[in-house]
Parts: sequence; structure tokens; C-alpha cells
Amino acid sequence: MYQYDQYDHLIVRERIAQYRDQVQRRLSGELTEEEFLPLRLQNGLYMQRHAYMLRIAVPYGLLSSKQMRMFAHIARKYDRGYGHFTTRQNIQFNWIELEQTPDILADLASVEMHAIQTSGNCIRNVTSDEFAGVAADEIIDPRPYAEVLRQWSTFHPEFIALPRKFKVAINGALEDRAAIAIHDIGLTVVKNEAGEIGFKVMVGGGMGRTPIIGTTIREFLPREHLLTYTEAIMRVYNQYGRRDNKYKARIKILLKAIGAEEFARQVEEEWADLKGTEETLTLEEMERVIAYFQPHPYETLEAIDPRAGHEDNKAFANWLGRNVKPHKQAGYAAVILSLKKTGVPPGDATAEQMDFMADLADRYSFGELRVTHEQNIVLADVKQSQLFDLWKEIKAHGLATPNIGLLTDIICCPGGDFCSLANAKSIPISAAIAERFDHLDFLHDIGDIELNISGCINACGHHHVGNIGVLGVDKDGSEWYQVSIGGAQGNATAIGKIIGPSFSAHQMPEVIDRLLRVYLRERTPDEKFVDTVQRIGIAPFKEHVYATPINEPGRLVGEDEYA
Amino acid sequence: MPDQNTIQRIIKGNQIVADDWTVLRLEEGQEPATVEVAAGKVIVPLKVWQAQKEALAARPEIGVWLQSDERPEELKGELDKFSVVAVNFPKFTDGRGYSIAYNLRMRLGYTGELRAIGDVLRDQLFQMKRTGFDAYAPRPDRSIEDALKGLTVFSETYQASVDDKLPLFRRHARTAGAREHNDIGSGI
Ligand code: HEM
Ligand code: SF4
Repeated sequence: MYQYDQYDHLIVRERIAQYRDQVQRRLSGELTEEEFLPLRLQNGLYMQRHAYMLRIAVPYGLLSSKQMRMFAHIARKYDRGYGHFTTRQNIQFNWIELEQTPDILADLASVEMHAIQTSGNCIRNVTSDEFAGVAADEIIDPRPYAEVLRQWSTFHPEFIALPRKFKVAINGALEDRAAIAIHDIGLTVVKNEAGEIGFKVMVGGGMGRTPIIGTTIREFLPREHLLTYTEAIMRVYNQYGRRDNKYKARIKILLKAIGAEEFARQVEEEWADLKGTEETLTLEEMERVIAYFQPHPYETLEAIDPRAGHEDNKAFANWLGRNVKPHKQAGYAAVILSLKKTGVPPGDATAEQMDFMADLADRYSFGELRVTHEQNIVLADVKQSQLFDLWKEIKAHGLATPNIGLLTDIICCPGGDFCSLANAKSIPISAAIAERFDHLDFLHDIGDIELNISGCINACGHHHVGNIGVLGVDKDGSEWYQVSIGGAQGNATAIGKIIGPSFSAHQMPEVIDRLLRVYLRERTPDEKFVDTVQRIGIAPFKEHVYATPINEPGRLVGEDEYA
Repeated sequence: MPDQNTIQRIIKGNQIVADDWTVLRLEEGQEPATVEVAAGKVIVPLKVWQAQKEALAARPEIGVWLQSDERPEELKGELDKFSVVAVNFPKFTDGRGYSIAYNLRMRLGYTGELRAIGDVLRDQLFQMKRTGFDAYAPRPDRSIEDALKGLTVFSETYQASVDDKLPLFRRHARTAGAREHNDIGSGI
């Protein structure tokens, strides 16, 4: 993985000094809260329902065991013993004291980490494929390009006060695992006929209040122009993006207002003056950065069947089937550690689990881990011959729930328990659903399905692109949930359709149950939930869900634990 | 002679200097074509310049300022007429002024004084300098001495901008480090 050189260290160190001083000025009253706000946001610090929340950048989701141990340390020393991995491949801590944030940043800097631009109206942490570098369908490893973009966007002087937040995702494989279509800029690595590496550039995707799928504005951008072309996009957006209404300020609205063609024309015009300037990437620079992402020193191994010798072990087989993914190197596999054990908020990990995962990374996976946008953790380079041992170890730590891609692998934002913007709780909803369907055979029968929950229209839980999406809404001061189906992420990204009037929290497990019943009734062999919805439309689902009243009394699971 | 306290001061380059320019801002009801531009060194709004170009162009020292939603291209071909071009920041969170400055310098080739006016605070000065400003009129309710410190927060930057056309990777030889994780497991 990338390692800081003296310049990276210097910049992060100077940032801490700057931020420490800003905090000091805030505490002394020299800075008003209004003035401090964009400064702290650019440093990932939010004011939340109970306390400050600090969001730390995990560039493209990749981290070392040492960095993971630092999270455990932060969780213990400055928080309440846990952290929350997010859909943007970062981590958040929910109980932070303002006065301590500069020290946390100093601790982070000691392991080459920071919280720069994890929030605020600037270019955010660049996200990518959690299987980058190991996926068999990869054209080229996107991480060096993500790293180059990370450096270029860090404290970019011109794009530090954009109309709105700005998110870039990059994918290097045939299958999109980085949700590029729902980012402000989505880049896909492509090779042209001459074998040159470049990017297909999508712009204007995003969720929130107005979910829109990005539009391709350039089919092939030679890689050396990555920074100048991005700069051209940013400059057009910075000047013409709306600033009068924060809900209409994202680049997707600009693109819609003037049309993708006109937008692309303006970008090309801006770019004409930039193309070929010194910001153009050099071969040396690319080689330098790529050198950090060379494949690990893999052993020459034969591919084996990890099941061999454990044929009778159904639990192990289930786990292999769901949580273990193929690797391009023979004899290796990528393992997903599930952070979706029933009863735990999706994406949460305790300090002990973080230390343990770090330890696993050292012993099984070249000391590296990845955060997925589905809020799980990946060990990308595990020998197939060690899978059984690994499984036994992680089982004991609650990280082996064999539910990746299943109904209980829920994406869920912190919602009303933590987030001051929430209209409704989301963690207890996910807990109640997970509890209701805590039956593995049933889950495996349902198969691949994505259930995404957001506590408000901001869509931090990606509900728009969930096969089933749940959105917390406020009606006359009480919490309700609106359900959509048919959303999808990946190559066939789609925005879900709302099925009808919203439900109370207690009705939600039954609503999910009814949706699943229609699917089970209607599906053809091997058809996934989302494909059934695409084929038969939402009407049969809608009909069944609303056919008879749902009366689901009783306490909602987890309601009190996380309040 | 006004006393020391009322002399307006700005930051120019890296120093605090006295400044005798006045910035004309249109009041409610005032029209660009008819507003009276006082004698002396005045920085007028773009619209006033456009409406009263003939009279103003004849004056020895005149400046113009752009609102954050105005286009610097409108001054194409005229930039050498001004001793000062200013960009207004109606709000410190409005970042359009940085792109305006960039385009004034890089696309339009303006080389004279480029001044940031309006809601200008210490924590913006560094990026202002980078995007081509060389003069800053910090908000008068704040210490200008403190604001000066905003210019020197970082000693290195990654990307090119107006102040340095070379990105870090062209300015310095950056060498790829060893990729082994020698220190794995060393704890914290
Ligand atoms: C708890 C504090 C949080 C606050 C105050 C917050 C705030 C927001 C806001 C205001 C938006 C809407 C922006 C827009 O559409 O213009 C948003 C969107 C989003 N947030 Fe959060 N969020 C929080 C936590 C999270 C968490 C925990 C995650 C990940 C699990 C996350 C990931 C996202 C994503 C993916 C979006 C959608 C972006 C898009 O529209 O493309 N946020 N958030
Ligand atoms: S979706 Fe809404 S409730 Fe959930 S974290 Fe985002 S802003 Fe908060």
C-alpha cells in the first residue's frame, strides 16, 4: 500500500498544527461557530446528536494492520470502545471531545492517516473496489490512480469551498464494485484498442434527495490526463453549480439543468487550456505510485478445494460460499469479515475486534485490510489452505456470520440514534429485520439481496440503490418508513421505486417478509430478488404488502441498547 | 491627515501596508450607469465599469471588482487598464472567487494586483494566494496581524496552481519507498 514520503508527512503535520490552532481560536471565541464549521468539517468533525463525531479517511478503503490498531486505540482512549465503518469506506467515532481532536489527529499521523476532507464542501475521500489488486476481473489496479487523485485533491486551493460535497469513485474491474454510477465523478479504468490505459468518465451521479445515475461524458480519457480533466470538471462545477439552495447544489443538478452534452462541452473547453500543462501526469510519477501497489510476494501454490477434509462441516461450507471470494492468484482467496452479526449495528466494530482483525491481517493477509462500502472488512490475500483455521478463529470473535450479500448483510446509516439530521431510527429497524430473519437456511434460500436503510433522505445508507430500500421519514413528529424495491448497485445500477404509503417501525419486519413471499412465489429458478422485481414490476409486491393490515406489536429489538 | 487608526490597511504580498483605494459598492436604488464615481483611487463594480467605461478609462487610476457570479472573461482585452482587479467574497464559504482568480491569471493573463475583498478571513488566505491573489483586505472586525499568519500555513503543496505551475511530483524527485511492512505489529 501507499506509504508517506517526507512531503506527505510534512503536509499532514502542518495540517495538524493549523487545525490545532483553529480549535484554539474557536475555544477562545476568536472564531465563531459559523466560521469554525467549514474548517472542522474539512477535518471530518461533525456535531451530532450527543457529541462530536470524527470521520477518519481510509483512502480507497485500504489500511494496514498498524492503522487498524490505531483505530482500536482511538476507540479506547477517546471514544467508547468502538467505531463505525461507513459506506464511504471510512471510519467514524461518535463520542469525541473537540479539545481532543488535535491529539487524535497527531495519533493518526503517526500511522500515516488523517481526517482531511472527509466532510465539507470539498473533494472527499476517493473510494474504490475493495477487491482492487486481487480481483480476477480486474483490467488494472485502480488504487494508484485513486492515490494520485487523493494527493491532487488534498487541500486543492481552488476547490475547497465548492457548492457542495464532492465524491469520486474509481473502479478498475469489469464488474463495478465501487458504485461509480452514484458518485459525482465515477471513473472506470479501460484499455483502448492500442492497449493504452485510460478512464471512462461518468459525472453527475448521486443519491440524497434527488437520486440520479451518472452520465458518461467521455468514453476514453488517457490516464496521463486524469488530473487536468478532473480539474476542468471541478472548475466548471465550482463556477456554475448552484449555491442558492443546498439541495440543488450537487453537480448532478447542474448536469441536469444544462444537459450532459453542454456540460461536457464546457469541460472540454476548460480542459483545452489545461491539457498538456505541467499537471499532466508523468510516467515516472505513475511508476512511483504504482510501485506501492505491486502484488504481494505470493507463494506459488496450487488451487485447492478448501472444503476438502471438512466435507461434513455445513457451517464452514456456508461461510466459504458467502464470505470467501476468488483471487487472481492460484491458491489464494479474499475473505470478507462480516460486521453484520445480528444484534450489532451494521458496520460497528469494537476495539477488541479491531485489534483482532489487525492481528489476523498480520498472520493471514500481508498485514493489510480493506473496508467495503457495504460496511464489512476484507482480508484480501488469504491462502486457501488457511481458510479453515481462519474461520475457526473469527467465529469466536463474531466475525464469521456467513451472510455476505444476504438479507442480513444490511447497509445501514447511524440514523436517529446518533445523527442529528435523521428523521427516524435505522439501527433498530435493521436489528429487528435481522432478528426476524435470523434463520440461515431461509436466508440462503432467498439468496443475493441488498437491503439498505437510511434514517433520512440524505441517503447515507444507500437506500435508493438497495434491492429493498428503507427510508426513515417524519410524519407529524413520528417516525415512519418508506419502502422502495428494484434498486441496484453495480453495472446495472438502478434507483428503486417506492411501493406506497410508509410503515411504522414495528411493521417493518412483516413488510420485508411479505416482499420476500411474493419473490418466492414468483421467482424462476436462479432468479435473484431484484431480477424478479425487474421482470414482474412492483405491482404484485405492492398488492401483497398492502393487502391486509399489518399489526406487529411488541418492542423493537435493539431500541434501547443503542439509544 | 487621518490618524493611524483610520488608515485602511491591507495585506499586500506578505506585508501589511496602508491602502488608499476605496471600494465602490452600489447601494439600493443606485444604477451602474448613473452612480457617481468619486475622484481618486476607486475600485468600481464590473457593471459600473461597463456602463461608464468611457469616462472611467480616462482616469489614471481605476480598479474594478467582480462579484463571485460574474465572469472574468468579460474583462478580456481590457485588463491592462486597471491598477487593481478585485474579487468579492460575499461569504467566506463561496469558493467561486478562487476559480475567478485562477482564470484571471491563467486564462486571461492578468498580471496586476489581484485583491480579495468582502468576507475575507485568515483561514482563506493560503488558498487565495495559491489561486493568484496577491492582495487581501481581511474583514475589518478581525486582526490583520493575525490574518497575515494565514499565508504561511503550509510549506509544501501537492498540486499546481497559479503560485506554482509545477505539481509536487515535478518539483521534487519523489522516490517510492520500500514496500515491506517492516514495522507491522509494532503496536502503538
Ligand atoms: C452521522 C453523521 C452524518 C451526517 C451528519 C451525514 C450527513 C449527510 C448529508 C447531509 C448528506 C446529503 C448530502 C447531499 O445529498 O447533498 C449525506 C449523504 C451521504 N452520506 Fe452521510 N452523514 C452522516 C453519516 C454518514 C455515514 C455513517 C455514512 C456511511 C455509513 C454516510 C455516507 C453518506 C453517503 C454515501 C451519502 C450519499 C451521498 C450521495 O448523495 O451521493 N454518512 N450525509
Ligand atoms: S441518512 Fe440521514 S440519518 Fe442517516 S446518517 Fe445520513 S444524514 Fe444521518
